Amino acid sequence: MRNLLNFIARHHFFFLFLALQIIAFIILIQNSYYHRSFWINSVNYITGQLYHKYTDVGEYFYLKKINERLAEENQNLINQTPYSFMKTDEQIFFFRDTIYNRQYSYVSARVINNSVNRRNNYLTLNKGRLHGIEPDMGVITSQGVIGIVKNVSANFSSVLSLLHVDTRISAKIMKNGHLGTILWDAPNYRKVAMKHVPPHVEIQPGDTIITSGYSKIFPEDILIGTVSDFDIKRGESFITIQVDLLEDFNNLTYVHVVKNLYRQEQMDIEYHSRTKPMYW
Amino acid sequence: MQTSILNYIGRFIIIVILQVFVLNKIQISGYINPFLYVFFILILPFDIPRYLLLIVAFVLGLTIDMFCDTAGMHTSATVFMAFLRPGVINAISIKDEFEPKTFPGLHNMDTSWVLKYSIILIFFHHTFLFFLEVFSFAEFFTTLWRSILSTLVTFIFVFIGFFLESKPLRRR
Repeated sequence: MRNLLNFIARHHFFFLFLALQIIAFIILIQNSYYHRSFWINSVNYITGQLYHKYTDVGEYFYLKKINERLAEENQNLINQTPYSFMKTDEQIFFFRDTIYNRQYSYVSARVINNSVNRRNNYLTLNKGRLHGIEPDMGVITSQGVIGIVKNVSANFSSVLSLLHVDTRISAKIMKNGHLGTILWDAPNYRKVAMKHVPPHVEIQPGDTIITSGYSKIFPEDILIGTVSDFDIKRGESFITIQVDLLEDFNNLTYVHVVKNLYRQEQMDIEYHSRTKPMYW
Repeated sequence: MQTSILNYIGRFIIIVILQVFVLNKIQISGYINPFLYVFFILILPFDIPRYLLLIVAFVLGLTIDMFCDTAGMHTSATVFMAFLRPGVINAISIKDEFEPKTFPGLHNMDTSWVLKYSIILIFFHHTFLFFLEVFSFAEFFTTLWRSILSTLVTFIFVFIGFFLESKPLRRR
């Protein structure tokens, strides 16, 4: 026993190193599993407040750009209001519209922390549970898909960026509607790859890629990017398309969080039809 | 001794703020990111007790992790680097004894010594960090290339740091 203690005392440097390294690894493993909810809930409150202050200052530098973006969005909205249409008949009638039911509602939030320079990137938004944000909601801007909400605290939410190894988004080519999967495979944060597109599909550089609407998270027809290049990799039977993102992820300020009002209903019916054994 | 501890606490705070709010926001092609905070480990005194060296590295890494949302990665890499530091100093130095209470820098060491010392330790730190981040050897050469490039970028910042550190002492 004494020998053992002597041994440990003599090599205290190595054993301390081992102990600290084990602690570091425990922290790492615990938190990389299920996206570090522990870390986010406890520590992010403090750093979140600090980043809040930092973003308050930094935002002044982007005011011009935000204004331009807002003006553009306003213009699009004004174009859709009834005032911008000419009335061609004099009869006015009201009816309860059951053809259109609202499916998505949007909450706009500010990005207070963001990164593009890691293999797995996350964003932090300044709105949380109190503002109606829940896990698994989509995050978009007018320029494209940003990510998926992963964790929510009272005032903040953490978003799995599109630039993350686990993010998969169902997408389609706008002109012919063929489906594929968007994922991030390269260090370049302006480009993503679209995989699983069958080889007979006709593609040209410059084609627009949009969301397919087959997920329960994103609405249909949200912009993602344009085709820059495509090829069939050796040993694969599908086309891989290189997509230029329209949104600059290094310059995000305001985003919209999408709530699918029918998500639960859709999930329920899909769950039932997949799990219930059928007898007839 | 009291003042030197205060000095190091001051440096700690300045380096962490510089790393978190300035360097983490700089985007240099791809995902190369300078990690200047390792400079703090490099300039600790020669005669610092070795257990203290590890604990300081642990605290520094944990602080950086809190701000980077990386949970344990920087901690692990920094502790690893601190563990290698005495060995690297022994391996590249000719003399065994150093004056007490001095720290590595341009004012008491050759430029080539500082160059070797910092590049070796930064490279170990970055390689460890990047492989931990990817957590597999699948993209081995990409990751290695990343750590080499980042080492060079970090080294430039660290060298500027050494330059600033050695100036006031020379004047004295």
